Amino acid sequence: MSEAVKIEPRKLTYVAAITEGVRQVLLEQDNAFVAGEDVGQAGSVFGYYQGLYKEFGPERIYDTPISEKAIIGLGVGASATGCRPILDLMFMDFLGECMDEVANQMAKMRFMFGGGATLPVTVLTMAGAGMNLAAQHSQHLEAWLAHLPGVKVVMPSNAYDAKGLIIAAARDDNPVFVVLNKASLAMACEVPEEPYEVPIGKAAVVKEGKDLTIIAVSRMVHEAMKAVKPLAELGLDVEVIDVRSIQPLDTDTIVTSLKKTHRALVVHEAVRFGGFGGEIVAQLQELAFDYLDAPIARVGAPFSPVPFSPALEKIYVPNADSIVAEVKKTIGV
Amino acid sequence: MAKKISNQVLTDLHLRMLRIRRFEEEAGKLMEDGKIPGALHLYVGQEAVASGVMQHLSNDDQITSTHRGHGHIIAKGGEFKQMFAELFGRSTGYCKGKGGSMHISNMALGVLGANGIVGGGLTIAVGAAFSNKFRKTKDVAVAFFGDGASNEGSFHEAANMAALFKLPCVFVCENNGYGEYTPQANHQAIVDVADRAAGYGMPGVIVDGMDVIAVHEAAGEAIARARSGKGPTLLECKTYRFYDHVGVRGMGLTYRTDEELEAWQKRDAISNFEDQLVKMKVTTRKKIANALEKVNEEINAGIQFAADSPFPAPEDLLQDVYHVGSES
Repeated sequence: MSEAVKIEPRKLTYVAAITEGVRQVLLEQDNAFVAGEDVGQAGSVFGYYQGLYKEFGPERIYDTPISEKAIIGLGVGASATGCRPILDLMFMDFLGECMDEVANQMAKMRFMFGGGATLPVTVLTMAGAGMNLAAQHSQHLEAWLAHLPGVKVVMPSNAYDAKGLIIAAARDDNPVFVVLNKASLAMACEVPEEPYEVPIGKAAVVKEGKDLTIIAVSRMVHEAMKAVKPLAELGLDVEVIDVRSIQPLDTDTIVTSLKKTHRALVVHEAVRFGGFGGEIVAQLQELAFDYLDAPIARVGAPFSPVPFSPALEKIYVPNADSIVAEVKKTIGV
Repeated sequence: MAKKISNQVLTDLHLRMLRIRRFEEEAGKLMEDGKIPGALHLYVGQEAVASGVMQHLSNDDQITSTHRGHGHIIAKGGEFKQMFAELFGRSTGYCKGKGGSMHISNMALGVLGANGIVGGGLTIAVGAAFSNKFRKTKDVAVAFFGDGASNEGSFHEAANMAALFKLPCVFVCENNGYGEYTPQANHQAIVDVADRAAGYGMPGVIVDGMDVIAVHEAAGEAIARARSGKGPTLLECKTYRFYDHVGVRGMGLTYRTDEELEAWQKRDAISNFEDQLVKMKVTTRKKIANALEKVNEEINAGIQFAADSPFPAPEDLLQDVYHVGSES
């Protein structure tokens, strides 16, 4: 390639990639709209709808009352009758306010109606600690959702996946939760300008290796990558998998990796006990028991609400150090 | 009042009520004889409400119903065959046997489901109304709910949002005096649920829910208001459940008196309306008997159809959890 046509790859932050994904969905789908708290003129408390109200106006971007039950119910009723809503559940912690609408209505309507209803609805929601927002604005509650037959759950760890998964979610004819992560908002990576999909239900091998597979959820992928070097110093060539979608879960990619490396560690930011990691571990031992050379290790938050104090929050959230420590402890190197 | 309504509409209202009553009577018997699995919440006593409201709606208008939903669906055009088949858990039912009594639905009839969760349909109706406005149709969404559901948070969020967005939505509260087994006086400090409308900036209207003509008239105004873009109405219909919360005799709990039941039964919407129709010479006793006979034939055919229908196959279990395939 000659110097003249060499183009620098465009980088976008996670927050800008969300905006671009939603914008392209609104351009593509006439029956799509955004509804949620502070999504209109304010452009969301995280800024990811900035500019959309100006471009699309109040006919496409709806500020709602602080009424999570009504927001989700609105999405259920509107999607069942010909719209493709994009709902914003500002903090994932607010699931408690609308869990009936999510669990008993949105997730089950199609099945209860014998397939009679189709619900193409997307919910964007923000999870995770790291901003000192304390116990009610910092949780990762994805396991609540993944347990519900009828919804899909994706968890982008980077800007590329955020845009691609939002577009895939909006084009999907099922309820899809896009669980975003606060600590990823400012992270940037290469993001194509044109619309594209990241397939729902497909994990990504972020780094190949042969001695140990780290299966990471959401931004724990970045911590896993930070753990690659110290683990290499322990003699382990690590493979890192970004799960990307927990419902459906890409067991093929995970099992294939384990069959190669024979050791695995699962890491997520959510509380370890009862966390989604337990499901991954269970599936691995069911599908690849004979390939295991060591117990499967798990890293997650301790069994406590998310603390406020920066001193405590820092040690609460799993990181590269806790991954390395768990490898040493459980896998024994 | 009745003079404004054509004989055709009066006859239609009567037939809708009769169809509901006979369906529920037979469904109740089948349940208590152990021929229908699970639990049925029967609508007997409240027929005037569903019939009076639904007479104004087309298949394009949507409703959300309740756990006591058979009456709404029959009044909206539900067929006995698919209704009974669903109650019997058969694959020919409205939900292929996957929903049962508390989840009967049919999108073609505009029925966005009965609902097993008290207050569960309210926000969904708001969503359908939002969709109607967004898609610039003239359709209206009607949410049915009870006095008990008016204490759920979903009622308040739905009412506020519908009024705020001026949605083509009507909230029909069937105040039958009981939230399950608890009398209204023990579950809310107000007598009229319609009072709550003021808190959300919409009209609150009270109507005698045992008088189908009164319901029809009040519902007509509320639906016309919604259709013309003026926003929602809370329509409270004072009514009564002749059967127990579950089944006919139910569990025999002593939460209400025979005297109270008998007093309401004297106000039965159907027999009183029949007297009225005969007196007004809209119909005759003979014509009523003929109509009843035709409904009974349809009931018997429905039950037979259900009993003869196959159960879902084991492989149907995992169908319909997700939509499979590309964008619809």
